[in-house]
Amino acid sequence: MTWSAPVALAVVIGMAPLIPGIAAKTKARLAGRRGPPVLQLYRDLGRLWHKGVVYSRVTTWVFRMGPVVGVVTAGLAACLLPLDGRGALITFSGDFVAFAYLLALGRFALVLAALDTGSSFEGMGASREVTVASFAEPALFLAFVALVLATDSLSLGGALGGPLVQAWPAATPALAMVTASLFLVLLAEGARVPVDDPATHLELTMIHEVMVLDHSGPDLAMILFGHAVKMTLFAALLIGAIFPRASLPVLPAIGILVAGLVVVAVAVGIVESVMARLRLTHVPQFLTAASALAALGVILLLVA
Amino acid sequence: MTQIVELLLLLVALTNFVVLGTTRLSTCIRAIAVQGALLGLLPLALYPGGSLHTWGLAAGTILVKAIVLPRFLRWAIREAAVRREVEPRLGYVASLLLGVAAVAAAFAISRQLPLLEQAREMLVPVALATVIIGLLVLTTRTKALVQVVGYIMLENGVYLFGLIHVERVPFLVEVGVLLDVFVAVFIMGIVVFHISREFDSLDTTRLTELTD
Amino acid sequence: MLLLALLGVPAVAAVVAYALPAPGARAAWLGLSASGHLALVALAWFAPPAPVFAGWLALDALGLVVLSTVSGLFAVVAWYAVGYLRRASPRGGRAFASCLLAFLGAATLVAVSHHFALLWVGLEGMTLAVAPLIFHRHDRRSLEAVWKYLVISSVGIALALLGVFFLATAQAVAPGGRPLVLDDLVSGAAGLQPAWLKAAFIFLLVGFGAKMGLAPMHTWKPDTYGEAPPLVGGLMAGALTSCAFLGLARVTQVAVAAGIAPFVRPLLVGFGLLSLIVAAAFLIGQTDLRRLLAYSSVEHMGLLVLGLGLGGLGSYGAVLHLVNNACVKGVMFLAVGNVLLSAGEGPAPVLTGALRRTPASGLLLLVGLFAVTGSPPFGLFLSEFAIVSGAFQGGHYVIAFTVLALLAVIFVSLSARILDAVYGPAPAAARVAESPWLVAGPAALALVTLMLGVFIPGPLFRALADGAQVLGGWAP
Repeated sequence: MTWSAPVALAVVIGMAPLIPGIAAKTKARLAGRRGPPVLQLYRDLGRLWHKGVVYSRVTTWVFRMGPVVGVVTAGLAACLLPLDGRGALITFSGDFVAFAYLLALGRFALVLAALDTGSSFEGMGASREVTVASFAEPALFLAFVALVLATDSLSLGGALGGPLVQAWPAATPALAMVTASLFLVLLAEGARVPVDDPATHLELTMIHEVMVLDHSGPDLAMILFGHAVKMTLFAALLIGAIFPRASLPVLPAIGILVAGLVVVAVAVGIVESVMARLRLTHVPQFLTAASALAALGVILLLVA
Repeated sequence: MTQIVELLLLLVALTNFVVLGTTRLSTCIRAIAVQGALLGLLPLALYPGGSLHTWGLAAGTILVKAIVLPRFLRWAIREAAVRREVEPRLGYVASLLLGVAAVAAAFAISRQLPLLEQAREMLVPVALATVIIGLLVLTTRTKALVQVVGYIMLENGVYLFGLIHVERVPFLVEVGVLLDVFVAVFIMGIVVFHISREFDSLDTTRLTELTD
Repeated sequence: MLLLALLGVPAVAAVVAYALPAPGARAAWLGLSASGHLALVALAWFAPPAPVFAGWLALDALGLVVLSTVSGLFAVVAWYAVGYLRRASPRGGRAFASCLLAFLGAATLVAVSHHFALLWVGLEGMTLAVAPLIFHRHDRRSLEAVWKYLVISSVGIALALLGVFFLATAQAVAPGGRPLVLDDLVSGAAGLQPAWLKAAFIFLLVGFGAKMGLAPMHTWKPDTYGEAPPLVGGLMAGALTSCAFLGLARVTQVAVAAGIAPFVRPLLVGFGLLSLIVAAAFLIGQTDLRRLLAYSSVEHMGLLVLGLGLGGLGSYGAVLHLVNNACVKGVMFLAVGNVLLSAGEGPAPVLTGALRRTPASGLLLLVGLFAVTGSPPFGLFLSEFAIVSGAFQGGHYVIAFTVLALLAVIFVSLSARILDAVYGPAPAAARVAESPWLVAGPAALALVTLMLGVFIPGPLFRALADGAQVLGGWAP
C-alpha cells in the first residue's frame, strides 16, 4: 500500500459534497439563472452539524443508527476502489461484491430508519427506493462481470487498475457500453433526474428525499454527506472503467480523477436540464435498459 | 477502418434497443431514421476505396431509409391522428430482456457459421440480431405503424447482411432491396391509413372479423 | 430474343392497359395480351430459346413447365375476366387489368430467371401486383385480409432475401463462377460451404413457404382467398403458388447437387405433412366456399412439398402435381365465382343448388370436386399416386399411410360442402342465365386436367422427367 491510495481517498471524500453542487450549478446556468454557489453543500453540512436534533417519540435506536451506518458503509466502500488508478486501500478477491453490498447495507439501514418512524410518507419512500435499487443491482453486477471478463482479475484493484490498461484497446466498445450503463446506474442510485427529482418539494413525487424526511441536524448532515459520497463513488467507478490510469504517475492520475468527477457532475447537470423525470412505472424500463447495455458489453467480451 | 465499422454496428444495435424500450411512437421513428443513416454510412466504412458504386449505394440508402421513409411514417401518424403511445402486447421490460437474448442468440448462431474475413466479424451477428429484434417488434406490438417499423428493422437486418456482398453481387440486389422496402412500406402505409379510417384506430387486435 | 419478348409483352401491355379509357377495351386488351403471351410460350416448346444476359435468363425444363402452366391459367382467367368485368366491375377498374398483366410479367420473370436475385425480385413483384386486387372492395373485411397478406408475405419475402444472401455467402467461399446463378451453383456444388447452405435453405424454405401458403405460414390464405375476387383467388392459388414452389425447387436442386439432401429432405417432408394435417383439420365443417378452397390449396401445397422431399418418384409426382393443381384450382375458383355471381347481392345469397340455378357452373363445380380430391380419371390422381408411390418405394410406410388417411378425410369434408352447394335446395324460379365467357374457360381447364389424367403428351412427359431428374428423382 503506497501513500497514493490514502491521499486519493482523502481527496475523493473531501470532494464529495462538491459534486451535487456542480450539478446544481450547471442546471441553473442552463436554465439562465445564476444558481446556488458550488460550495453550498459544505456550508449546509457545517450548519446542520451545529444544529440540535429532534427525535420523534415513537422512534428507536434503529432510527439513530441509520445515518451512521449510511456514512460508514459509504466510507468503507470508498476504501475498496482503486482511486489512484493503481491499488485500493483494501483489496481481496471478490471485493466488488463487497462494494455492492456495503452500499446496499447503507441503503438497508436508511430504509429501516424510515420504516421505524411509522409514517406513511417514509414508508412510501422506502418501498420506492428499494424497488429502484433492486432494478439497478443487475446492471451494476453485469458491469462488474464485464470488467472481470475484460481483465481476468477478480478484485476491483485489478479490474480497474493495471490489467485494464492492457485490456483496454481490445475491449473499448464493451467498456463504452459498461460506462454508459454505469452512468444510468449513477443517475438511479444518486436519486437524480430521470429517476428522482432532487429539486421537487412534493412528497408524493419523491423517492429518496421523502425516505429521510424525519431526520434533522447532524443526522441529516450525515445522510447528505453519505449520499454525496455514494454518488462520487459511482462516478469514480465510471471514470475508472473508461480511463484506466495505472500507467500514469500518481499526481496526474489523481488530477485526471478530479477532472473526471467534475465532468461527470456537469453531465448529470446537463441530463437534469434536458430530461424530465420519468413516470414511476417507467423507471424499471429505464434500469432494464441500463442492464441491457451492460449485458451487451458482456456479450461482446464473451465472443471476443 | 475496423474500429469505425465496429462503432457503427454497435450504434445500430443500440437503435434496436431504443425501438424495443421506448414508449413513444415518434422516438421509434427517429430511431429508425438514425438506423437508416448509420446503414448508409456503413458501405463507405466497409469499402474505403470509394468507388462510384459504394457512394451511390450510400447516398441512396440515406435518402430512402433516413429521410423519405421516416417522413412518410410521420405523415401517416398525422393523417391517422393516432395516440402517440406504442401500446405493446408484451411489456417493455420483457421486450428489452428478449432483445438481449436475441443478441446473444445471434452471436451464438454466428459462431456456427464460418468466418468470412476478419473485418466483417461483427457484421453477421449484428445483422442477425437486427432481423430477430425486427421480428420481435413486428409480432409483439399491436399498433399497425409500429409493426411497419418492425418490418423496416427486419429489412435493415437483411440489408446489413447484404453489405458483405456489395462487390460480388451487383447493384441489382441493392436496388431490389431498397425498392422492396419502399414499395412495401408505401403500400402498408396506405393500408394503415385505410385501417385507421375504417376502424378509427390503428389497433390490429381489432382485425379479428375474419376467422374460422 | 424469345425470352425478352416473353418478359416484354406483359410489361408493355400493363402500361397500355392503364392508359386505355374504356373498361371494355381494357378487358379485350387483357384477353389479347394473355393470348399473345400463351402463343409465345407455345413457340418456346417448339424452338427452345437460348440463354441471355450471360445465363441470368434461361428456360430449362422445369421453368418451361411452370411458365406454360402460369401462362395457360392466366389466359383462361383473362378471357373469363371479360365476362366477369361486365357483371361485377371491381372498384379499382383502371388498375385491375394493369395489375393482372404486371402479375403475368413478374411470373414470367420467376420462370425464366436462373439468377436467384432476379427470381426473388419476380416473386416480390407478383406479391405486390396482386395486393391491390385483393383490396378491391375497400371494406373492412378485405382491408383485414390485405393487411394480413402483406405482413406475412413481406416478412416471408424479407427472410427469403436473407436466404439468398446466405446462398451467396456459401458460394463466395468457392472459387470463381458467377454468383447466385443457378447453373454455376449446381456445377460448383461440391465447393459450397455446407453450414451457410443449410442456413440458406432454412430461410428460403420459410420465405418461399410463406408465399406458397405452407403451414404454419399459411394463416393469411383463408382470409385472402376468402375476400379476393374469385378469379384473383384462382390466379393466386394456381400461379403464385407455382412460382413460389419453383423458387423452392431451385434451392432443392442446388441442395441435392451439393449433397446435403439428407438434411433437406426431412425438413420438406415435415412441412408437407404439417400442411396436410392443418388442411384436413380446418376443412372439417368449413362453410365458406372460398375459404374451403384456400385450405384445399394448403393441402395441395403440402403434397407438392412432400413429393419434393420424398425424392424418387415423388419428385416426378410433385412436378406433375404442379400442373394439375393449377388447372384444377382454376376450375374450382372460377366455378365458385360463377356461383357467387349468380347468388345475388342481397342479404341472403343463395349458395346451394347450383346444378339447378346455373347448370353449367354446377356441373363444373361437381367435376372440379372430383378433380381436386384426386379421383381418377383426372390428372391429380396420377400425381398423388406418384407421390404416394414415392413414399412406399422409399420405405416410408408411416408417411404413406398418414397421407392416404388425411386425403380421405379431406375428400369427405370437401364433398360435404360442395355437394351441398351443387345439389342442395334451391328456390323455385331461380334459374340464372350464364354467360358463355364465364363457362368456357373453366370447362377448358377441366378438359385439360382430364386429358392429363389419361394421356400425357410426349414433349410434356420429357419436360416433366427432366424436371424430376434435376430435383433428385426419376420418372416412371
